[in-house]
Amino acid sequence: MAERVLACAPCHGAQGEGTRDPYFPHLAGKPAGYLFNQLVAFRNGRRHYPPMNYLLAYLPEAYLNEMAEYLAGLNPPLPPPAVPTAGKEVLATGQRLVTQGDASRNIPACTSCHGSNLTGMEPGIPGLLGLKPNYISAQLGAWRYGTRTALAPDCMQVVAGHLTEVDVAAVTAWLSSRPAPEERRSVPRGTYALPFACGSQPQ
Amino acid sequence: MANLAREALPALLAALLGTTSQAQTAPAARADAGVLAKGEYLARAGDCIACHTASEGKPFAGGRSMATPFGTLFTSNVTPDPETGIGKWTADQFYQMMHTGRSPDGGLLYPAMPFGSYTKVTRADSDAIFAYLMSVPPVKQANRPHDLRFPYNNRQLILGWRTLFFREGEFKPDPKQSEEWNRGAYLVEGLGHCGMCHTPINVLGGNSESQAFQGGLIPMQNWYAPSLTSNREAGVGDWTIEEISDLLRTGVSRRGAVYGPMAEVTYNSLQYLTPEDTRAMAVYLKSLGQEVPPPVTSNVPTAESSLLLSLGKTVYDAQCTSCHGAQGQGKPPHYPPLAGNQSIQMSSAVNAIRMVLNGGYPPGTHGNPRPYGMPPFAQSLSDNEVAAVVTYIRTTWGNHGAAVTALEANQLRSAPLD
Repeated sequence: MAERVLACAPCHGAQGEGTRDPYFPHLAGKPAGYLFNQLVAFRNGRRHYPPMNYLLAYLPEAYLNEMAEYLAGLNPPLPPPAVPTAGKEVLATGQRLVTQGDASRNIPACTSCHGSNLTGMEPGIPGLLGLKPNYISAQLGAWRYGTRTALAPDCMQVVAGHLTEVDVAAVTAWLSSRPAPEERRSVPRGTYALPFACGSQPQ
Repeated sequence: MANLAREALPALLAALLGTTSQAQTAPAARADAGVLAKGEYLARAGDCIACHTASEGKPFAGGRSMATPFGTLFTSNVTPDPETGIGKWTADQFYQMMHTGRSPDGGLLYPAMPFGSYTKVTRADSDAIFAYLMSVPPVKQANRPHDLRFPYNNRQLILGWRTLFFREGEFKPDPKQSEEWNRGAYLVEGLGHCGMCHTPINVLGGNSESQAFQGGLIPMQNWYAPSLTSNREAGVGDWTIEEISDLLRTGVSRRGAVYGPMAEVTYNSLQYLTPEDTRAMAVYLKSLGQEVPPPVTSNVPTAESSLLLSLGKTVYDAQCTSCHGAQGQGKPPHYPPLAGNQSIQMSSAVNAIRMVLNGGYPPGTHGNPRPYGMPPFAQSLSDNEVAAVVTYIRTTWGNHGAAVTALEANQLRSAPLD
């Protein structure tokens, strides 16, 4: 299988560990269902990034699923955390939003879906650690503007719609500065209940 | 990947028995299962679904955008919905559309719908396709108006185009050829509408009969559709029937793999054909291949091209040998050979450059469900390195292509990918 996904290597690393490019994420060890959903979304053009859309356009779902399972099973170490460039107050705001949310603005804590360790839950919810600041900020921006969408009900789009640019900067700064936990794998399906319905994680 | 030119059985299909509007269930119920299966098969051979289905849209409901040099066309709904689809059509009207390029109200279809090819389809095959389309789930989805620039938004212009480029008439078998050859010719020239890409398209958006299957750059897509008549391009005069048939049906062969817009054709259409039919197409295609004189040589100065070659070898040895081999021998069918590969030596280097920039997977098919893919190198190689490695593979191991420049590589970085 490693040979069959070599086309991913220049951007995502030979072991799916990521590369130095600040916008291309690591893939290894993310939950298989999440990876599969992204592969299908790129293939169908719903998630728009022409080089990915082009690469996957004529691949059947069974094969994409096999790729997702393979990448999910890899376990290289997560990339090191970013050295924070934001001030303490910004980081504190980020930490608060990630771990507690802001009920007054209908923003749930990231941890309520992505897990108290932020490692995600199988099969569809990705972990949020080991991602570079540019990537986190670009993805939250894409959710906010509706250029990245997921299967309905698209909870992530709703949540991101409540974030301001200042929120995005704070969440990005704090998340990207967190070290990898000892156990980086996503927790099994059903470990905790989600606060709302999520198309990517049918319950 | 948008395919430029075929629109679609636009307003076509209509109801078989019909005069009236109960069409959406009645014809399906009455059509014989054998006819429906045949119609489904022929609709695959015509690749109707590729253009008449939008990304993540309902099958045959249309709405796919087709960029053309004249503006954007939106394909039509060919499901049996009576209001927005073709549920009120009759089999006569459907045949009329396929055969003459006119919708039931007499309107002229834009030639992105390949009626210039479909005119060759027999009445019986047209009826079967119609019966099948009338059996698919109806979808209520209004057609989106085309967005063509002046003056192309004037449908009367199509009259001129038709005078120049359209020859109406069903396929006439050549009695001097075998039954197999004639079946292949019928599929290639008719439902397969191969000429839509493989016959050069001129500035008026027409295919010239005298240049049939001679290849050309596909407008808007910046892929070169190789000549099917030149053995220096995609002419398959010196391929075995099995190699041609494998390529069409599975997407890979011992001589090369399909890529770019052809991957879509194999994925949506050719993989579903019977081995007998792809074999017949192979027999016909092989008969088109002719030996032609070598292409003109490059205008890259010799000194520059020897610098390119030496850099090209360095890049090749570092990036390409693990799959394509030190001598360009590949590991067929999964990693195509580069030595002797016609696709790399064509006078147009567009495809070779784009493969290096964008990489790509052959389509996943029944015959090759888990294809190996090529990584994109756009991010990691400079324009100069791309030009160098493409020059190297075009001119080494006995290959007879010409050198390419960094400018050519650079220009293709912005070629559309979708």
